[in-house]
Amino acid sequence: MTVGKRKSLISWLFLAPSLLGVTVFFVAPFFVVIYYSLIDNPIQQNFVGFNNFINVWKNAAFKQAGVNTMQFSFLAVPLAVILSLFLAAVMESRIPGKSYFRTFFLSPLMVPTASVVLIWQVFFNYNGIINNAMQLLGADKIDFLKSDKAQIVIVVLFLWKNLGYNMILFMAALASIPKELMEVAALENASKFQVFWYVKVRYMSSTILFVAIMSLINSFKVFREIYLMTGDYPYSSLYMMQHFMNNTFASLDYQKLSAAAIIMFMVVSGLVYIMYQVENFYGKDLEG
Amino acid sequence: MLARGMALARLRKKRKRIDKVKTIIVTAMAVMFAAVFLLPIILTFTNSFMSASEISANYGSIFATTDKGGKVFVSKTVNLKLIPDMITFAQYYTVLFKSPEYLFKFWNSVIDVAPIVVVQLGVATLAAYGFARYDGKLKRAIFFAYIIIMLMPYQVTLVPNFLVSRSLGLYGSAWSILLPGFFSPFAVYLLTKFMKRIPTEVMEAASIDGANEWMIFTRICMPLCKGGLASIAILVFFDYWNMVEQPLILLPDSDKHPLSVFLSKINTGEISLAFAVAVIYLVPPLLIFLYGEDYLVEGISYQGGIKG
Repeated sequence: MTVGKRKSLISWLFLAPSLLGVTVFFVAPFFVVIYYSLIDNPIQQNFVGFNNFINVWKNAAFKQAGVNTMQFSFLAVPLAVILSLFLAAVMESRIPGKSYFRTFFLSPLMVPTASVVLIWQVFFNYNGIINNAMQLLGADKIDFLKSDKAQIVIVVLFLWKNLGYNMILFMAALASIPKELMEVAALENASKFQVFWYVKVRYMSSTILFVAIMSLINSFKVFREIYLMTGDYPYSSLYMMQHFMNNTFASLDYQKLSAAAIIMFMVVSGLVYIMYQVENFYGKDLEG
Repeated sequence: MLARGMALARLRKKRKRIDKVKTIIVTAMAVMFAAVFLLPIILTFTNSFMSASEISANYGSIFATTDKGGKVFVSKTVNLKLIPDMITFAQYYTVLFKSPEYLFKFWNSVIDVAPIVVVQLGVATLAAYGFARYDGKLKRAIFFAYIIIMLMPYQVTLVPNFLVSRSLGLYGSAWSILLPGFFSPFAVYLLTKFMKRIPTEVMEAASIDGANEWMIFTRICMPLCKGGLASIAILVFFDYWNMVEQPLILLPDSDKHPLSVFLSKINTGEISLAFAVAVIYLVPPLLIFLYGEDYLVEGISYQGGIKG
């Protein structure tokens, strides 16, 4: 065995514990999930083709959860990207006490959801602060968490929690743009908007992709906030995918569960793939 | 010539003034944002020092779902109070010494999260070294699979997790949360990115000097990744300290739930305690955040660009 081969073999030893764990706890059971999604029940194990998928797809609760989750993500993710880019741009300009602002914006990241939901309830409850203020202005009270505006409350909460994290990513990307590029742009008399749009945003396209993907992933985690504020059965516009999964877990319907997980897997993969392609197309002449 | 010079000077002065105005506007905006970001945290803190009657007087109409029949005045509207009328530690006293269930849940959180942070980082450092040290087609494919697993929401990964823990007989015990946590690919992904930035020459030089792989790993790679390890530990800690999805599905016995889930079940009688519990739960991440913010920022900065 050559020295190089032996060394690369050793590097596989370093990988072994993780590979073993990931295989046992994530990859192998996922194949079981695929198997479960294709049989009628775990005892008889008759192959039923795509029946489970069709049933789940037709399930009203699944549809509701899917639509709500999608709606939330399509609202929250673009906002999370744009607002945090804006925050990063603000932080780039000369303001006093910059590092304090960075700390402030990042602080929601560490706050456990459980610790702040009380305050959010104080704000958005039917008798809460926002409604008080709206009454003073002569508007009607809204029971936010039990209305179609409930998602907006959650979007605000989501942005509050995630903007700081995204902002740091964008700040790092802005700082890494080569100075020469900006100088060339200045020499060519580019306007500020042009510099921002054609130089900065394009140069950061891979970061934008990353922020978008991370925001998408985090947008699936809003279940935490919703659950802590509204429990197992929220208002219908807040009924998310995780609620559906939890309730299906409770009824031990593995077929439904497996089919739903696979549909979800495909949707998330598809979305990530599309974002990848868009970024590839948009920023391809920039990357080495 | 002179006139032109003066005009230029005036222009410069004007531009300076515009810059100043701009700075003020931008700063004002930043202050506004910061206030909005901090308000919920500050309110939670200050409210935890209120007496029980003050809290129910202020927020009673929100949390009063069941009537407990006490002689508590409940106002129809909510008063948001930044500063309590009288600062009291009564709530903390009750939580810490009189209602053991909160401390139990807190302890549940600790024994769930601490092992996950330690073991996930241990497994991940080894794996990241394996990924970063010798590149290859197979390794790249595996790494890509890790990224996909990392990107999957809990709604997807919890189903496989559940099946494994059930077939291993771990369902309902803390192990059903711990084991998937140990092998979560998140830390592997980040650490690999960190390690790939270490110049290969450094390690090759050590290799020529006679160091074996283990020595290179422990004496060269690990010290260079200290910052990365710290930042990833912080991120992993925040995520698991906040867990809700896993315990709801994997731990049917709510006595084993961590405190992160528990506040959803708090009821009217305990609402005055809720703020104090919330603050107590907030203290560990707060200390870690204040202590490790620079690491955290560095760690997040390294993540950008999923391709690199």
